[in-house]
Amino acid sequence: MPDQPPATTRTRPADAALNTGLGRLLLFVYGIFALSASARALVQIATHFTEAPLAYLLSGVAGLVYIAATVGLAIGGERGRRIALVSCSIELLGVLIVGTLSIADAVAFPDDTVWSRFGSGYGYVPLVLPFVGLWWIWRHRPRAAA
Amino acid sequence: MNGPLSVATIVVALVLAAWLLLRAALNRAPSRFDLLATAVLGVLVAVLVLVAVAGLVGDHRPSDTPTFAGYLITTIAFAPVAIYLARMEPTRWGNLILGVACLVLPVLVLRLQQIASVTVA
Repeated sequence: MPDQPPATTRTRPADAALNTGLGRLLLFVYGIFALSASARALVQIATHFTEAPLAYLLSGVAGLVYIAATVGLAIGGERGRRIALVSCSIELLGVLIVGTLSIADAVAFPDDTVWSRFGSGYGYVPLVLPFVGLWWIWRHRPRAAA
Repeated sequence: MNGPLSVATIVVALVLAAWLLLRAALNRAPSRFDLLATAVLGVLVAVLVLVAVAGLVGDHRPSDTPTFAGYLITTIAFAPVAIYLARMEPTRWGNLILGVACLVLPVLVLRLQQIASVTVA
């Protein structure tokens, strides 16, 4: 099978954009979660909101946070980086707090959200994702006169 | 949901995922073959979705039809979006995008089967 010349990433410039390379993969994965979390929240809130209002509102918040992170990664630049930084931080806090609460206080979380039990329903990807995202954003911090 | 077709889709997706993840690990950008193989999987998925849509007309509708429809739209759009992003990313990360898509697709098909198995009496 004829291969294209191997495009290595080793020569990736340090000032390459936030939304290329691994950033593009992150954009894809964040997009998936933006869609699944907000769709799930919409269905939950529309059909049986009264069963677990707290959990479903958190579902909605999670969806919005993923959407914001996706948008931030997509537009890139200084503004996109700031949007992504804020939303990934909220996401990290969210998954840790909701994950802990859903185990400690199961009564308040009778139905699952993306962040319940540290995202075990989604292969723990919601737990890993903010760390990867924050690391990527940190790697692309603006350097003064670099 | 068509059982054999679902199983075929899942198997093809997983084999392709293994190949694409290997390609990404070897630091290869998506080749013509990688993109074409993902496109073929996309066609297979499209057939599965169309068969499922045709099944909605019958009397075995899933009780949660809106969710089912949402999953159908997501599933059919998945491979094209991944290919679109991978074409913009001619590095190993392009192959990783395709590989992740091939890993998520089986989950989507399983969810579709799960939702379809709960039908209106």
